[in-house]
Amino acid sequence: MIPSSFDYSAPTTLEEALNLLEEIGDEAKILAGGHSLIPMMKLRFAEPEHLIDLSNVPGLSYINTEGNTVKIGAMTREVDAEESEELNKLFPIFKDVGKLIADPQVRNFGTLGGNLAHGDAANDQPAVMMALNAEIEIIGKEGTRTVGIDDFFFGFYATAVEEGEILTAIKIPIPDGKFGSAYHKSERKVGDYATGGVGVQLTFDSSGTCTKAGIGLTNVNPTPLRASRSEEALVGTTVTDEVIEQAAQFASEDCNPSADLRGDEDYKRRIIKVLTKRMIVKAKERAFS
Amino acid sequence: MKREITLKINGEEYTSTVEPRTLLVHFIREHAMLTGTHIGCDTSSCGACTILIDGKSAKSCTILAIQAVGKEITTVEGLALADGPHPLQEGFKENHGLHCGFCTPGMMMRAVELLEKNPNPTEEDIRWGISGNLCRCTGYNNIVKAIKYAGAKMRGDELPSTEPEFVE
Amino acid sequence: MIQCKTSKEIGGMGHSVKRKEDDRFVHGTGKYIDDFTLPGMLFMDIIRSPYAYAKITNIDKEAAMAIDGVVAVITGKDLEQYNLHWMPTLMSDMQMVLPTDTVMHQGQEVAAVIAKSREAARDAREAIMVEYETMKPVIDPFKALDDDAPLLRPDKEGQKNNQAWHWEVGDKEATEKVFNEAEVVVKEQMHIPRIHVASIETCGCVANYNKIDNHLTMYMTTQAPHAIRTVFALVAGHVGLTEEKIRVISPDIGGGFGGKVPVFPGYVIAIAASFLIGKPVKWIEDRSDNLTNSFARDYHITAEMAGTKDGKILATRMKVLADHGYTDAAANPSKFPTGMFSIGTGSYDYPTAFMEADAIYTNKPPGGVAYRCSFRVTEAVHAIERITDRYALEIGKDPAELRMQNFIKKEQFPYKSPTGWEYDSGDYHAGLELAMKTVDYQKLREEQKELRKQGKLMGIGLSTFTEIVGAGPSKDFDILGIKMFDSAEIRVHPTGKAIARFGTKSQGQGHETTYGQIIAEELGIPSKDIIVEEGDTDTAPYGLGTYASRSTPTAGAAAAIAARKLRDKAKKIAAYLLEVSEDDLEWETGKFFVKGAPEKSKTIQEIVFASYTNHPQGMEAGFEATHYYDPPNLTFPSGAYICVVDIDPETFDIKVRRFVAIDDAGNIINPMVAQGQVHGGLTQGLAPAMYEEIIYDEEGNAINGTLMDYLVPTAVESPNWETGHTVTPSPHHPIGAKGIGESPTVGAPPAIANAIVDALKPYGVTHMDIPITPYKIFKKLKDMGVLDKPITE
Repeated sequence: MIPSSFDYSAPTTLEEALNLLEEIGDEAKILAGGHSLIPMMKLRFAEPEHLIDLSNVPGLSYINTEGNTVKIGAMTREVDAEESEELNKLFPIFKDVGKLIADPQVRNFGTLGGNLAHGDAANDQPAVMMALNAEIEIIGKEGTRTVGIDDFFFGFYATAVEEGEILTAIKIPIPDGKFGSAYHKSERKVGDYATGGVGVQLTFDSSGTCTKAGIGLTNVNPTPLRASRSEEALVGTTVTDEVIEQAAQFASEDCNPSADLRGDEDYKRRIIKVLTKRMIVKAKERAFS
Repeated sequence: MKREITLKINGEEYTSTVEPRTLLVHFIREHAMLTGTHIGCDTSSCGACTILIDGKSAKSCTILAIQAVGKEITTVEGLALADGPHPLQEGFKENHGLHCGFCTPGMMMRAVELLEKNPNPTEEDIRWGISGNLCRCTGYNNIVKAIKYAGAKMRGDELPSTEPEFVE
Repeated sequence: MIQCKTSKEIGGMGHSVKRKEDDRFVHGTGKYIDDFTLPGMLFMDIIRSPYAYAKITNIDKEAAMAIDGVVAVITGKDLEQYNLHWMPTLMSDMQMVLPTDTVMHQGQEVAAVIAKSREAARDAREAIMVEYETMKPVIDPFKALDDDAPLLRPDKEGQKNNQAWHWEVGDKEATEKVFNEAEVVVKEQMHIPRIHVASIETCGCVANYNKIDNHLTMYMTTQAPHAIRTVFALVAGHVGLTEEKIRVISPDIGGGFGGKVPVFPGYVIAIAASFLIGKPVKWIEDRSDNLTNSFARDYHITAEMAGTKDGKILATRMKVLADHGYTDAAANPSKFPTGMFSIGTGSYDYPTAFMEADAIYTNKPPGGVAYRCSFRVTEAVHAIERITDRYALEIGKDPAELRMQNFIKKEQFPYKSPTGWEYDSGDYHAGLELAMKTVDYQKLREEQKELRKQGKLMGIGLSTFTEIVGAGPSKDFDILGIKMFDSAEIRVHPTGKAIARFGTKSQGQGHETTYGQIIAEELGIPSKDIIVEEGDTDTAPYGLGTYASRSTPTAGAAAAIAARKLRDKAKKIAAYLLEVSEDDLEWETGKFFVKGAPEKSKTIQEIVFASYTNHPQGMEAGFEATHYYDPPNLTFPSGAYICVVDIDPETFDIKVRRFVAIDDAGNIINPMVAQGQVHGGLTQGLAPAMYEEIIYDEEGNAINGTLMDYLVPTAVESPNWETGHTVTPSPHHPIGAKGIGESPTVGAPPAIANAIVDALKPYGVTHMDIPITPYKIFKKLKDMGVLDKPITE
């Protein structure tokens, strides 16, 4: 399998990359890790005329704590997030999700920025970012702007990154109080896209009351989905079994899965319910451990 | 759109004129003529094309040759040590970790990085660690055994038995 | 325990000799088909049909031909001029090489592009414009015989409907009588899914036709190089490519499993292209093409068992609907259109059975292609082992106990089965006892009771199967008329080292090591001193190839007998050298010595040297022998497998907790290699049991034809296999071996299916079709109205 012909540039600064994007227009495509794009090009599902490779642009791969925020560079490889002790001490959800994304070789090259910018509801990181309430930093000729994760995903392969723009970083707020996070997906075999996946982060105050809840769902909606009713059900409670049951029920009702080889709607709703329950329990455990 | 690129593979430089769309695996096999790296699928699923780029295991079917300019590439042909086979090569042979041999180079190259990061892996670590490499022949039992053996050899520990174990 | 008669240095039978072929494989210097590059070589890519059934109204080559580097576009009309557009299948059906007017399945070859580079060939593949007029395809085999179904094969003379053939065996009336009168009758409808071998290497070839010499060298991925050369000569003889002008070379093969037995159109098109253009042409199949273009299994089976209330099996009846796609391109022996399906009476002693099968044409890829099973044994074993469990469930008897009660006893061998086979040997009780002891069966059953009280789902499944391999005796077995013998040729060089050549072809089975061990056992020449060569039709003796677990039963036997011929010659030379009569000599591995005077001896190496330097007058010089072995019977390996599964009661995720496989393949040549075959076969049995199936929609689109959706198990899905063996030698085989390669693929699926159905017993589930997935369990329980119903034992 061989992609169609295309031209290739490897700029060494963001400015140069932005200029190229402007010059070439919508036939250009950004190449980050390439592990979503190149497979599609090999099958000729995608046939961009020009690839702009960001690998030679320095300063896009980092995991930094800045005050109450952890900032992750867009070109940070999946494996680096999975293995970062600093990141996982705060957000063990990255270890959970890391193990489940494709396979080790893909995680060595696939990037967090690419994972999100691909805009695929079947990818796992979007649900994680929803659970963590992340913000996405985007640069264009006009400067840098920040978009909340809820305003980032528009539709099938469509995101807030507009023509001529580049996703540069992900900003994750560090909650006050005790907090814990977890992710799991149901898959037909290891490395598969999710039949359904659930990412959860819960924050508790000193009295053990849940003050904030983030729940993101994978591959059960045309876009990555926030389980808002489930979150609301948890906030203000001590997250008892009854509340968990209720939140899980809401998630299964509010998702919009479509039937495919992985299962019918009913089955996927069931998976979402079970996983929501289990991930809430796990996130809560982690918050207090 | 063709351009001349030079890639460093197993310490040697290979210069060739390629299109940007030339995949790294095709450069390795058809320009450098190193055919130990194999192709088993078109969806980045099988891992037969696994090599090392700057020490990281990579599926060379999912990377453009041009992306690898300036990197250190290692293929199975560069795995053996100066004084004999690499412990993984020995481990796979001694433990019958291969049948047809087609997935073996990719499997071993993946295991190089696995053992580097985790010198004493458990069975589960190994199984998850090679989950991006398909083997259709061995049923994986002896691949796990081979990697454990190589780990022991690299750590300088006593080598585990290579005799087959049977229930009796 | 395996006893060795030779020392480790000699490395004869029973030693776990490390494999010779591995050095090149672990150093990346194996040579597989895509590693061949010939001067001036062109690349071929194939345009395939997006529709399952359609008329081709136009093929526009222009845009493709305009691409730089494109040399030719070949269509069916081009081949028709040479009468090369159709070819015979190994089942004497007909298959299109390239269509002239109608495509019969999605993914069928429509035209080929020949170009100077892979890239140009691929670009041209995209640029060719084909216009189709689609027709309503026949996809559901159960509707293929409806009155309004289109006649798919009007090319076949006298063909009135879509039935390919009908077959039956056994006593229909007697079986009906037993069923009518039996206390207990059970029945299940089952489907053995359409699956793909998915060897990690796909198929491919380099066809190199030399115009000056009128000679074709064909490098290709084939398990049966000699038979394939004969087929090529039959197809292309009329254009001057007769058999002596064709050399087939099968290099290192990256897994075969039966998928590299058939002649695929791609091979023939590449030959035609090389013939027409006069340059070498390489064709390497893409994975996506590979996964949608040949299949195995796809049997719909109605299985029934009749018995008494206390567990005595009285009769079985099986009716098969076989979906062969648009042509029967299987590789069964001619007289056995369902292969060895009639082994499906199983390991049990009862006198009455009847089986029948109807093969159907549909708009799917051709096939019933072999897949690691001795011609339909997998389907047969699944049916008998599932229905046996169903019977045990019906009468409330433990499935292990029921099997023990009905097994053929070891003193009953040779045993005549109700469908006419003579089982050579076996000790079924011993195998199951060992498997049960290993898992502590009674304790597991107690644990299961406890777990059910807690609402947990755990299941224990058994499979105690009889295989039938080593095809086969020439009176019954042939492919396209060629008898299914196999061959060995041994040449020992003056210094005592040897080369041995065979008509078979390893695809990972380790022949380069194990055949050497057989010769070492017989001649005492260390196995490391013996080079084994296969796959080149110019040098190797004729044979039918490697599939159906036939290499050890046929070529392995040939090796032993050829070596014995040499030992007879050695004895004559030793007698001459020691100046004694042959009767005064005795053989001990590696040497002849004079009875009562062991210091007077000649080693095999001394004898071989003498055969070139000092042989007796009147005797033929040299030390070579050839044997074509025609087996007197098939061999009947058996196994007792136990699988334990845990199922998540919420998500229905299935975890194989333990799997114990006890095999009996007679005498074992190399325990390490034999065990490796079992491990690999078990994972290939796990695959269709829980993961793999090619799925078609109503329009005939294969909707999971990539490795992203065709779920080949990884090391994570595959459990740690526990294996062992009992040894019951075959009484008729020269070294008492039976063949091992396919038992695990055959035996594992029913063990896993039985375990899962057993886990779901509290819900009243009696059967599920494989692959059994968490989603399918959900659907089953939902359809039965028992989803989340509290369970109790």
